[in-house]
Amino acid sequence: MGEISERAAVRRLHDRLGFGLGPGDADAGYDVAVRRLLASATEGAPPPALTAPAPVDKPAKGEKRDKEARKAANKSRLAQEAKVTAWWLDRMVASGGAVGGPAGAATERLTWFWHGHFATSEQKVRSPQLMLAQNQTLRKFARGSFTELAQAMVIDAAMIRWLDGNDNREGSPNENLAREFLELFTLGIGHYAETDVFEGARALTGWTIRRTSTQARFVPARHDSAPKTMLGKTGNFDAKGFVDLALAKPESAPFVIGRLWFRLVSATPPPAATMDRLVAAYGVRRDVGAVLKAITAEAAFRDSASALVKQPVEWAVGLMRALGVRPAKLDDKTRMKVLAGLRGMGQLPLRPPSVGGWPSGGSWLTTSAGVTRLQLALLLARNAELGQLQKSSARVDGVRALLGVDQWSTRTRDALAGVTEPAQLVAVAACAPEYVVSG
Amino acid sequence: MDNLTRRRFLTMSGVTAAGALAVGATQVSWSDLMTAAVRDPLNSEDSVLVVVTLYGGNDGLNTVIPAGDPAYQQARPDLAYQPNDVLELGDGLGLNPGLKGLKGLWDDKSLAIVRGVGYPDPDRSHFRSMAIWQTASPKTSVPTGWLGRWLDATGSDPLRAVSVEPTLPPLLAGATTAAASLPVRGLKLPDGKLGTAFAALGKPLTGEEHWQAQAAKSLQDLQEAVRVLGGAVHDQPDTQDDEDDEKTKGASAGGGSQLGAQLDLVAGLIEAGVPTRAYSVSLGGFDTHAGERGTQQRLLGELDGALTPFVQRMRKSDRGRQVVVLVYSEFGRRVHANGSDGTDHGTAGPLFVIGDKVKGGFYGEQPSLTDLSNGDLKATTDFRDVYGTVLRDVLGCDAGKVLDGYDGQVDGLLKV
Repeated sequence: MGEISERAAVRRLHDRLGFGLGPGDADAGYDVAVRRLLASATEGAPPPALTAPAPVDKPAKGEKRDKEARKAANKSRLAQEAKVTAWWLDRMVASGGAVGGPAGAATERLTWFWHGHFATSEQKVRSPQLMLAQNQTLRKFARGSFTELAQAMVIDAAMIRWLDGNDNREGSPNENLAREFLELFTLGIGHYAETDVFEGARALTGWTIRRTSTQARFVPARHDSAPKTMLGKTGNFDAKGFVDLALAKPESAPFVIGRLWFRLVSATPPPAATMDRLVAAYGVRRDVGAVLKAITAEAAFRDSASALVKQPVEWAVGLMRALGVRPAKLDDKTRMKVLAGLRGMGQLPLRPPSVGGWPSGGSWLTTSAGVTRLQLALLLARNAELGQLQKSSARVDGVRALLGVDQWSTRTRDALAGVTEPAQLVAVAACAPEYVVSG
Repeated sequence: MDNLTRRRFLTMSGVTAAGALAVGATQVSWSDLMTAAVRDPLNSEDSVLVVVTLYGGNDGLNTVIPAGDPAYQQARPDLAYQPNDVLELGDGLGLNPGLKGLKGLWDDKSLAIVRGVGYPDPDRSHFRSMAIWQTASPKTSVPTGWLGRWLDATGSDPLRAVSVEPTLPPLLAGATTAAASLPVRGLKLPDGKLGTAFAALGKPLTGEEHWQAQAAKSLQDLQEAVRVLGGAVHDQPDTQDDEDDEKTKGASAGGGSQLGAQLDLVAGLIEAGVPTRAYSVSLGGFDTHAGERGTQQRLLGELDGALTPFVQRMRKSDRGRQVVVLVYSEFGRRVHANGSDGTDHGTAGPLFVIGDKVKGGFYGEQPSLTDLSNGDLKATTDFRDVYGTVLRDVLGCDAGKVLDGYDGQVDGLLKV
């Protein structure tokens, strides 16, 4: 396959390392766009803030009207979760535009990537406070050192609850967290042994969570301090030692980089020479930002074969950015409909289907998702200012420019020509294969 | 694809993601499937297989329970059921109290329990073990599922498997054919100019990029689905208000919910004569590392509450009487409890086969609780024996072709 045009490459850059083109982004050259996206994320207006909601009181056991109390607690927790999810979506939408410059978009995009990598679901965590705290940690290290990120995740309170870390203590190790940490987060299957899981679980003992704090706490009395033998070394390893050993394995760097490549570039793994260059960029500091920069310099990144189906969140956030729709400014009812739409498409932030994260590619092109996609696009379009699409002569090209699509196929051009109402025009355009797929 | 890539696809794209598996494969289209339903309705003598996947690793020892065995009681003192808790089956075994409906099916002789089902060198990773079960390839990673290969092998009419889950499970992905996905949620399309334009987006274009072509095709399939089903597909209330912590404790390994609705939809399709021979449905939440007893019993209750009415409904029609249900999970759990009133990932477990065509009773040996391998049960029946039996006796195909020459069977399991 061939190299895409510079303009298309800039658009792809914003699709993959951000959430789609923002105002003015399309006209920059490729090198300038890379530099702006990967600059440090400190400049620009402060991002929207969210005060962590107060934890929902757990109804005491044996309390009168126990069932009602539990129902009420569930309800307020779900309301808090929706608030956190909407806040994050708003942050994704705002990033790169008014907030933080394009560099903010890359940070937000990588935060989203890591949420799928260290996939943790509120379904079991049942604490929007812990989910929000995890989200902030992911953002803090999103484009930094993977070492620091992995060290933070292994003792993250939401992660510990999600993978039963609280039940992991000296004398009765619980393997869930240690296993997924090796298999899904740092090494990949086939690169560790069963004993590494068992010994790793022992190393992780002692980290516990309490209802009163969003930070896990190390309780020495629960920690197994006897020597452990894992990943080829023997020593009195703790959580930090466990992570250090896993990351030091030569298989870890290609694994982590391979995951980034799979989501940001292509489902086809990078050629060996490319992988070597990316591993070199990752380096001893395990620098994610350097890997991103190196990825943008690879020929495969500009190859037309490196198309990806947008995940529903990427699609919806990109659409909201293009339309200037901010989740925070929608009324409650509409905001809930946006979340319901994402749920219907199979991807709601804070709710990954399993610790393995979300599926990819054709899995997003199911029959039901198609219906929900159209409904959600219509809802968003009806909440946007679309005056510029009133003029009939330039409508089809106008919506192309609005959504940042390189070009329409004859099929889509014909389909769009039959629609006159601007919101409907936008909705159909947003469902077009040229927009659903990041070419 | 090289081995590493395959493995990565299988394990890293999430258990329910066949999208990566199906790269380069032709997806079975809705229009093809539905046109076949009109032209060539399901023959009422043809058997239908319904595969129920329990994601997370269901604890077999607390499903089919050796409650009277002292070794069982000693291994999990706080987790064990007492002999008078369980639903007596004979042979020193009893069903989990959550499975009252299945006990009725057992008494009717339409429930077969295959004991100690597993494979050599068990893998305790959810993703790898589920991949092994779904691909039926315990030794080497392959990029196709066992029913996907069955679709490949019945080449003349490959439009015969449907998943009633939001994403296609790997078991239904073949090398050249992948099953259709029929979601439980409602399908309703707009009319007027909007509807016309939306429909026009599905028009195929020559030379279009792979994923864009797939996106267009999915829109075309959607039009067909809505046209044939009249938009009357099940509407589920979109609420989470009754999500309770007992049920969600084992949720970290994925899987579907609303099993009742999934099976209801399957029942409707079978009764309507859609020529689909294999359906896939799922229930998640069985990863019970902590506080297992309440969680598992509720989930088994959900399984029971969905399966029992389904089987009873199927008994009422000729086509329905040809239905065979297969229920499995990627592994059982450790014999010993783990100290947080749960169990960690283990090995062999029981498998259910249900239907009018089934000869009820026990098959396979119950694994010993004292002769263990690294604290785990030793499998007594290879899972491919069961696959081979349903491939031959339900789907009427040469099992060896699908199972890479494997020819084991569970003798007498089905009435032929």
